[in-house]
Amino acid sequence: MIFLNINNLNVSIEGKKILDDFNLTINQGEVHAIMGPNGSGKSTLANVLAGNEDYEVNSGKIIFKDQDLLGLNIEERAQIGIFLAFQYPVEIPGVNITPFLQASINSKLKNENKPELDTLSFAKLLKEKAKDLGIGPDMLKRSINTGFSGGEKKRYEILQMSVLNPEFTIFDETDSGLDVDALRIVTEGINKFKNDNNSFLIITHYQKLLDYINPDYVHVMRNGKILKSGDISLAVEIEKSGYQNF
Amino acid sequence: MNIETTQTLDKYAQDKYKYGFVTNIVSDRPKKGLDEEIIKFISQKKNEPDWMLTWRLDCYKKWLKMSDPQWANLKFPEINYQDIYYYSAPKGFENKPKDLSEVDPKLIETYNKLGIPLEEQKVLAGVAVDAVFDSVSVATTYKGELEKLGIVFCSISEAVQTHPELVKKYLGSVIPPGDHSFSALNSAVFTDGSFVYIPENVKCPMELSTYFRINAEETGQFERTLIIADKGSYVSYLEGCTAPQRDTNQLHAANVELIALDNAEIKYSTVQNWYPGDEEGKGGIYNFVTKRGLCKGINSKISWTQVETGSSITWKYPSCILKGDNSIGEFYSVAITNNYQQADTGTKMTHIGKNTRSKIISKGISLGNSQNTYRGNVSFLRKANKSRNYTQCDSLLVGNKCGAHTIPYIESKNNTAVVEHEASTSKINEEQLYYCRQRGLSHEEAVSLIVNGFCKQVLQELPMEFAVEAQKLVAISLEGSVG
Repeated sequence: MIFLNINNLNVSIEGKKILDDFNLTINQGEVHAIMGPNGSGKSTLANVLAGNEDYEVNSGKIIFKDQDLLGLNIEERAQIGIFLAFQYPVEIPGVNITPFLQASINSKLKNENKPELDTLSFAKLLKEKAKDLGIGPDMLKRSINTGFSGGEKKRYEILQMSVLNPEFTIFDETDSGLDVDALRIVTEGINKFKNDNNSFLIITHYQKLLDYINPDYVHVMRNGKILKSGDISLAVEIEKSGYQNF
Repeated sequence: MNIETTQTLDKYAQDKYKYGFVTNIVSDRPKKGLDEEIIKFISQKKNEPDWMLTWRLDCYKKWLKMSDPQWANLKFPEINYQDIYYYSAPKGFENKPKDLSEVDPKLIETYNKLGIPLEEQKVLAGVAVDAVFDSVSVATTYKGELEKLGIVFCSISEAVQTHPELVKKYLGSVIPPGDHSFSALNSAVFTDGSFVYIPENVKCPMELSTYFRINAEETGQFERTLIIADKGSYVSYLEGCTAPQRDTNQLHAANVELIALDNAEIKYSTVQNWYPGDEEGKGGIYNFVTKRGLCKGINSKISWTQVETGSSITWKYPSCILKGDNSIGEFYSVAITNNYQQADTGTKMTHIGKNTRSKIISKGISLGNSQNTYRGNVSFLRKANKSRNYTQCDSLLVGNKCGAHTIPYIESKNNTAVVEHEASTSKINEEQLYYCRQRGLSHEEAVSLIVNGFCKQVLQELPMEFAVEAQKLVAISLEGSVG
């Protein structure tokens, strides 16, 4: 099975080319990190994978679990196991996480022709996962992301990920706006969740995040292309001398 | 706004009304139009005493000299009052049936279809219902049990017969018939509605509820409701409404008066789902309603909660007159307009007594080509020392052909009064939709979730039994044929 294969992908927004013949392959169980300066197209990649309709795919192919991903809309992609941990999770006032995530997980179960979870068993699952991540019951009572600190929002994203159990998670600059403590808590959550079946694409500007999560591959991206791929040593090199060598 | 969002919104705009069926029943009604004859006819049908007829005729004379209020942000052709039937009752309703065995099964079936069973064994637990069909009350449930506590819950026509002293004392005491043309009209021709009296220190153990149904064509419904909460008592009352789907407009002009004496509390909730007209704005109910509560006694409290989803035109300002010292007035509102619906709704809080407090939470949601206006008037009279008001008005626009307007008036003649006003207008947010859909929710589910979240502050004020229903209604108002 091809897990994820991005082949010669060209993407533009309002006529401006952002991804330029972009190629990347990720196998099951792998952790990939993409680093690059601002404006290199990292966040565009994350959003195009999630199906955001603001971007125009001009040519190229994305295969995910042997399916043509570009033929699916946002929710269909979510239902087959793509999860995007947002850089800036949006506030949804008045909406509690319990009914929200229950609808979310049931959309996925329905897609897999599995029985849906009732409110009681879902609440139990949510409570367990929250406890694992050190999220107290008070936080579960609040409206989604509303009035949360940057760190709380990111922890909420990790909680949602662990409940929905996606096979492929994209972290879009998850480290932005986090202090060291919050970063540690978030990355611990990711490490706890990681196993042989799920894969990750970690998009980051700084190497800091990679001190906590050990990626299998590091890619350097600039002007909509991957310029160099390697292991963690590549990240160390960037930390030392910046992006000017690429 | 991207294409998919536009498509989903268009789908919502093609909302289908679930309660648009007609009950085929022979009705008894006089000729069209309004004159003294008709008023005498109504009064006679209801076997009213002379004082009631005299009152009606006085109000009619007042009405003749008045013209309809023009200040609302609403556009509609002038109402032809001679082209309306003022009374319509299923045949055989000269006397209200003693029990359901005397009621036409078609009527019982109608209420079953509306989800309001009237048979004793099926009645909603903990909710007493008065069912009004066109101009008459069909049945009132749980009456006996309430009587044991001294609570009077019956149709207003009955109350005129059985409790004339209370009706005489309070009818028109909160809304003077000469207030404006719709109050004068209602006072002249009102047909049925509910009457509630809660005796001193009695907490009404169940929700009291009236369900209004307009069935007959070209007929106006002029209901009159009067609720009196005596000292130290408490009552929670809910009103629901539906009408068949027709391509002509129908007039509904109700008057509701509430009176709370010392330490009494009245909670009045409305779920208004009159037929809103079709996608092109044809047909639907003109809803011109006057609701006013008087906090007459000290420490009394009146709270209005409304969920307005129907009607082609809504003109409605449930208000509180805070006369007793330390009295409290509250207004919680959700108004959803779709297609070509127009709503001009809000409240009036008049602070007269010392240390009176009022709170206004209004949530307007506009879709399609609709116009949604909040209009509020908060005033503090000279003696209203240390009184306070808090107002919050939020508008949500879904799509780009609709409008939201906020018109708050604030008047203070007392310099110790404190007024706070917060207002916001937002568009349904693409980022929120993206977020929800990335978690696997469909467009429709996402919009419904966000709108329900937006209304939550108000919906949670509804009695438990109805909060869930209201939530569903909100979803249906958005979803169209789904569900």
